[in-house]
Amino acid sequence: MDDHVTEQVTEDVTEDVTEEVTGNRTDHHTDHFIELDRVEKVFDVRKKTGFMKRERREVRAVDSISFTVARGEMVGYIGPNGAGKSTTIKMLTGILTPSGGRLRVAGIDPSRERTRLAHRIGVVFGQRTTLWWDLPLIDSYRLMHRMYRIPEARYRENLDRCVELLELGDLLDVPVRQLSLGQRMRGDIAAALLHDPEVLYLDEPTIGLDVISKAKVRGFLRELNAERGTTVLLTTHDLQDIEQLCSRVMVIDHGRLMYDGPLTGLHEVGESERTLVVDLERELPPIEMAPARVVRVEGPRQWLAFPAAESAAALVARVAAEYPLVDLSVREPDIEAVIARMYAGEASGAAGQAVS
Amino acid sequence: MGSGRLYVAVAAGGFRRYATYRAATAAGVFTNTVFGLILVYTYLALWDEKPHLGGYDQAQAVTYVWLGQAIFAALAIGGSGVESELMERIRTGDIAIDLYRPADLQLWWMAADLGRTLFQLLGRGVIPFAFGALLFKVALPHDPATWAAFIVSLLLATVVSFGIRYLVALLTFWFMDGTGMTHMTMLAGFFCSGMMLPLNVFPGTLGDVVRDLPWSSLLQKPADLLLGAADPWGTFAFQGAWAVALLAAGRLVQSVATRRVVVQGG
Repeated sequence: MDDHVTEQVTEDVTEDVTEEVTGNRTDHHTDHFIELDRVEKVFDVRKKTGFMKRERREVRAVDSISFTVARGEMVGYIGPNGAGKSTTIKMLTGILTPSGGRLRVAGIDPSRERTRLAHRIGVVFGQRTTLWWDLPLIDSYRLMHRMYRIPEARYRENLDRCVELLELGDLLDVPVRQLSLGQRMRGDIAAALLHDPEVLYLDEPTIGLDVISKAKVRGFLRELNAERGTTVLLTTHDLQDIEQLCSRVMVIDHGRLMYDGPLTGLHEVGESERTLVVDLERELPPIEMAPARVVRVEGPRQWLAFPAAESAAALVARVAAEYPLVDLSVREPDIEAVIARMYAGEASGAAGQAVS
Repeated sequence: MGSGRLYVAVAAGGFRRYATYRAATAAGVFTNTVFGLILVYTYLALWDEKPHLGGYDQAQAVTYVWLGQAIFAALAIGGSGVESELMERIRTGDIAIDLYRPADLQLWWMAADLGRTLFQLLGRGVIPFAFGALLFKVALPHDPATWAAFIVSLLLATVVSFGIRYLVALLTFWFMDGTGMTHMTMLAGFFCSGMMLPLNVFPGTLGDVVRDLPWSSLLQKPADLLLGAADPWGTFAFQGAWAVALLAAGRLVQSVATRRVVVQGG
């Protein structure tokens, strides 16, 4: 295979994932399981502009993205709709061919050896299912058994484990169309893991799930990563998924990698704020408590914005000590807001750790 | 070897998936029986006026009708086989899931369609055929070799039918909306397979052309075998050639489609 790209770079880079990511970063301490080097995907979009007239336009869904993921890492891949997340995942599975750049998963070029790679990866698309809609869940698992040629004992063991941890025992004989969204999602996750994939791609695995289902899915993924060392790449809209699962987050927007580092760093870069909502015993003048500031007052309820990196506990303790507190809740900033702030920061030249 | 078992599992799944819809099967049996009755009386009227039309006597014409009703759903002559699901998956982007699997797309869908065919032959074909054979004078062969040749011909018909529908379904990658193509396939299937009238009946160039199109493999050719009106080897060669050509074309279109694919959704 042609390894002409970055192998000669011997610069010693630490394992710190907050390290600035450049196009040629090569890290010899870690086993680079996933490698993207200036990967691009350009779509030709034809738009009708009149009778028999079409205009061709290039859309750069993924625009020169470079990153590496080490074996056993759990990485969140976030960004607004249409940012290029799913396109990246599709290139990683080999069903889309990059228009440019170099892409390797486990040393394999996905689009060239899609079938060989398929035995080593698992994929869950939150809004699609790999399960046979009309048949009982167990039939889909038997099909996986054949498709991935999983040895009998291994199949048994993995199935039993997934059934237990994902609580699928009562659902195996139920036709998939009768499952709830959360049940189906758990069923899909199990289906993606029966062949012991080394990496699991999850595209919006908690979308549309209720709180309990989300917690189950997250708990299972955490355990999978801890016990099996499965590398996980997760795209999501839900910052809590990232917070509870991933030590590292990558932000993509308009096809470009905007940030690569820990979630806390993202909040710093985005100067994002969390909101503490307090219910007081009675109507009072706005609470004064730096660095928090009151952004809204409605009767006895007040909204305090404070930097996301600050501890909410300390703030709550101080509020509780000085004011007649009845109830409270903390709201996390949403991804869109964080990214919007990141743009603002970048424009004013204070991009910090954001990569361009 | 190992992948053979996969496709057997896919075919078994195809069979069982269609078997779960019992009400639809019952409704289909009823429809085919009623439609068979209408056609039989139409044909009887026609053959009364024109005996030996297309070289068939009345009993042969009646047998032809019931055979058509028996295999109409199984061979998806008017469409509605697995290709409608494939089109839907291409349109919605669910095809992405099929593409990353370590399996061959064409073999996968052919296996699924074979499973469906077998179920619909048994579930929807047997009753209308038995009904027709009991109530009307039919011309069935007594020679087991003819029956065996007929079964081989049906199997080849299944592959040709899949080959046509798979090609049409793949066009969804370019056109996105398959409604028009579905209608055209249905019309072509109805007329060119001989579902409306045996192709032997049509005179001149139209008859010559339509008898050489792939659709004649679906009903006309197997029927001629069953009715003792055709040579088995010639029939197999005709059907086999179309099967190979269509599958090869399907493979070609598939590789072009998946290379330039824009999987829908996200």
